[in-house]
Amino acid sequence: MRSDRPSLGLRLAAWGGLLFLHFPILIIGLYAFNTETAGFSFPPKGLTLHWFGVAFARHDVLQAISLSLQVAALATLIALLLGTLAAAALWRRDFFGKESVSLLLILPIALPGIVTGLALLSAFKRFGIEPGILTIVIGHATFCVVIVYNNVIARFRRTQYSLIEASMDLGADGWQTFRYIVLPNLGSALLAGGMLAFALSFDEIIVTTFTAGHERTLPLWLLNQLSRPRDVPITNVVALLVMLVTMLPILAAYYLTRGGDEVAGGDK
Amino acid sequence: MATPVTAQPREQAGPVRRFADLLYRKPTLYLSLLLIPPLLWFGVIYLGSLLGLLWQSFYTFDDFSMTVTPTLTLDNLRALFQPANFDIILRTLSMAVAVSVASALLAFPIAFYMALHTSGRTKAFFYIAVMLPMWASYIVKAYAWTLLLAQGGVAQWFIDQLGLRFLLESLLAIPGVGGSTLSTSHLGRFLVFVYIWLPFMILPIQAALERLPRSLLQASADLGARPAQTLRLVILPLAIPGIAAGSIFTFCLTLGDFIVPLLVGPPGFFIGNMVYAQQGSIGNLPMAAAFTLVPIVLVALYLSVVKRLGAFDAL
Repeated sequence: MRSDRPSLGLRLAAWGGLLFLHFPILIIGLYAFNTETAGFSFPPKGLTLHWFGVAFARHDVLQAISLSLQVAALATLIALLLGTLAAAALWRRDFFGKESVSLLLILPIALPGIVTGLALLSAFKRFGIEPGILTIVIGHATFCVVIVYNNVIARFRRTQYSLIEASMDLGADGWQTFRYIVLPNLGSALLAGGMLAFALSFDEIIVTTFTAGHERTLPLWLLNQLSRPRDVPITNVVALLVMLVTMLPILAAYYLTRGGDEVAGGDK
Repeated sequence: MATPVTAQPREQAGPVRRFADLLYRKPTLYLSLLLIPPLLWFGVIYLGSLLGLLWQSFYTFDDFSMTVTPTLTLDNLRALFQPANFDIILRTLSMAVAVSVASALLAFPIAFYMALHTSGRTKAFFYIAVMLPMWASYIVKAYAWTLLLAQGGVAQWFIDQLGLRFLLESLLAIPGVGGSTLSTSHLGRFLVFVYIWLPFMILPIQAALERLPRSLLQASADLGARPAQTLRLVILPLAIPGIAAGSIFTFCLTLGDFIVPLLVGPPGFFIGNMVYAQQGSIGNLPMAAAFTLVPIVLVALYLSVVKRLGAFDAL
């Protein structure tokens, strides 16, 4: 008879695996408060909040944060629009090329970031578009659409079409049905998809290295910092901040879509 | 089916209403209006750039004048098989395979425990605990590992505390695995890759195991199978689609990565570093484009293999 209690080895492997996944994140949390200027030694000699003040007084840090927030907001907006349109088009319809459309949406995250990045860069060069915030947003929106699409189509699939039929039967026109039935129903899926897209854009680095030109988003700023050992305490503080900005939306998205068949965040 | 109530004559139908009615009566028009914006973006901007890039891989780059001319040639594709370039491809490919295998081995017990031995709150806790590190900033995770692996860093402190220094040194002495220090070794780079992509392997395996009918386990036990036999003959075969789905992420993401190889490990390019260097400092866009063909072809081949294992049903 197979016992239902997990063996000690299995429990150790599972909880050990979780520890492995979280340990580096805890280290980032710890080092942000490190008193030392060369933040490599372990264990830390003391803890301080001093570096937070220093980091937020730095012009380049603030500029990178502001650029990343703008890019993520714009990319999320475009992704929400295009992703919702695509989901509405593909829900409950069958048409020639439907499979290709859904494949096309997934392609930017299925292909390595270097491919997307270089493809966009060479297209921008050919048409003489100067790299800048616009080109970064185009790159980010391209791979964020599928995140929103996945969330919205999952919600559509759980929506009973009879609700929409009932609304129409009761005399509502297409716009009213959309405004009072479809949109409220999609609400939390849009919010969850938007937050995931925001987190994905805020953190993206591989496509961005190709499309950013001289602009520096927060991840690019961090990458650049790694070759500057004197700035380690400030890098540590910003690293903690970026970590929180990317992790917290995931928690929120999880609670928004909990209870459905499709829980947001299961795929990145 | 709904009767088209809106088709009945109405007084003072506003433009919005008339437009909504038009869309309702002409589903094809409605569909095209919905599809045009995303198709313009993906069909024109994205697919256009992609095809343009592939086309560029046939252009000629003149080494002396450092300029690109649109004369079509197969030289760039041939150059991929030169020993120096082929080494880069092999190095990247072998890392992607090693990372996928190790992730599967590490992920399986976690996924197994999550699927079969947790429920309710504990299951939700595990799910979030796997999802948070997956979404946490990629660059910060890579950075955290440079702190962990550095000389005098956290990893070394723990190894010294446990008195395992000799073990580390003998590991680092193995050619092809080691290196001079942990942060400049193949082992270090491998660890970082496994860490970053591990959650992408856990979740598909867990999903596959959740779908495993519990009655099969009981039947197996009733028929006299020992737990190890049940695992090998019942659970593993049914987990294969999940493992294959997870390996799509670990394999493809490692193949295209160039930040981790930049930060951790011995010198020597990965495909991504080569693409970046060729287009950037050298300005040889055709060669960079030819190099992007490698991950595209490898990913396509890989997908066609794992598709047979049922990976797409487990995504």
